[in-house]
Amino acid sequence: MTESNRATGTQLVKRGLAEMLKGGVIMDVVDPEQAKIAEDAGASAVMALERVPADIRRDGGVARMSDPEMIEGIKEAVTIPVMAKARIGHFAEAQILQALGVDYVDESEVLTPADEAHHIDKWAFTVPFVCGATNLGEALRRISEGACMIRSKGEAGTGNIVEAVRHLRSIIGDIGKITQAESAELFDWAKRLQAPLPLVQEVADTGELPVPMFCAGGIATPADASLVMQLGAQAVFVGSGIFKSDDPAPRARAIVEATTNFADPSALAKVSRGLGEAMPGIELGSLETRLADRGW
Amino acid sequence: MKVGVLALQGAFARHLKVLDGLGASGVEVRTPGELASVDALVMPGGESTTISMLLDSSGLRRPISERLSSGLPVLGTCAGMILLAARVTDGRSDQRSFGAIDLDVQRNGYGRQVDSFEAQLAVAGLDEPFHGVFIRAPVVERIGEDVEVLAWVDGSPVLCRQGTVVVAAFHPEMSNDDRIHGCFLDWAFAV
Repeated sequence: MTESNRATGTQLVKRGLAEMLKGGVIMDVVDPEQAKIAEDAGASAVMALERVPADIRRDGGVARMSDPEMIEGIKEAVTIPVMAKARIGHFAEAQILQALGVDYVDESEVLTPADEAHHIDKWAFTVPFVCGATNLGEALRRISEGACMIRSKGEAGTGNIVEAVRHLRSIIGDIGKITQAESAELFDWAKRLQAPLPLVQEVADTGELPVPMFCAGGIATPADASLVMQLGAQAVFVGSGIFKSDDPAPRARAIVEATTNFADPSALAKVSRGLGEAMPGIELGSLETRLADRGW
Repeated sequence: MKVGVLALQGAFARHLKVLDGLGASGVEVRTPGELASVDALVMPGGESTTISMLLDSSGLRRPISERLSSGLPVLGTCAGMILLAARVTDGRSDQRSFGAIDLDVQRNGYGRQVDSFEAQLAVAGLDEPFHGVFIRAPVVERIGEDVEVLAWVDGSPVLCRQGTVVVAAFHPEMSNDDRIHGCFLDWAFAV
């Protein structure tokens, strides 16, 4: 079959997959069994990684890209998109993930950074990238490097939603302010945000990020998912929140239902019942390492 | 005329934007009550396994099936095409489709995300080519006699119509081009 006039790896097809994931839940999984549970529960994608963030926190040491064999196993186990994480700035890990055929690469602060000044040049890849951000400037810098999806960082592995809320409110609040700014003020906005002026102008025109914005870091309950969706997230990532809870399958399913019906409190009340214990949370003040501080 | 967009998961907001641009009154559909008020339905792209599960838990599967049997006009894109097909191969064993159009599809038939692509399509009835965006798109493996193929890519049908059921393997809502939605509305509400 001739593959006439097909263009792959374009911004439109990269951002397009992010569009398709909207309104869904992307779940962290560490083996094919968990991936099956996630898919059965209605996950719209899975994130393949060796340890969930809560365990990375507990174990310490350097956290790296997962073993390709494990990623292959997860790809075999499910039909939904499979994402995987590379270290910040570690373009060789990202090249390997692309060669493995993963559907999205997460250049993630949850892993130990490989470069303290540079993120990956994401324009150089066919596979799309998602990156974390704590504020609008960070989000726009990642987009200028070629990220096709932004996730607010939150504080991974804590089961505490407070940082995710802080980051979402910061990003969405600044977008609101920029849309109200005069065009002459946008130069100063670009300077203060340390972000490219054309992207700041685009945000001012459209009132939204140029790419989809999802939420991650600390989501542990259906109510958490509803909260961040109501604040303006377009989909959610759940890391430790599912497989560190008492009974992962029903909780996973409840969070999927809550993400769809985020604006319907009676539906949320129904799905929140009888889920057992959520993952034990961590108070932010007691943290030794703030993962959200990683990224430049 | 009210056009519902199935809003369980996926790219439903984009469809609503296109419909608004065409002057159609688009509404999100998440419940049987919301379905009851619409005169046509769009099933958007997204993850067909996720949407399929939510069709059951929302109680929408049976009423949608009944409305489709009684001729509800429907446009299905990508995951929507999968859900409307007669048969799905390479899906999950428990995945069920509505069988509203007589064709079989293979999920992710064009490959994984690195194989997702854009292509110019010659579409029957449109003067200028349509820019098609294919994201982990399904491949049509069989078409029934009553199915009209409106566009092809490399020998495979990518836009098909059977009466007022229209399915696309690509994402017309992603192309800043409302002509395919316009055709659907014309067919759906033809007097």
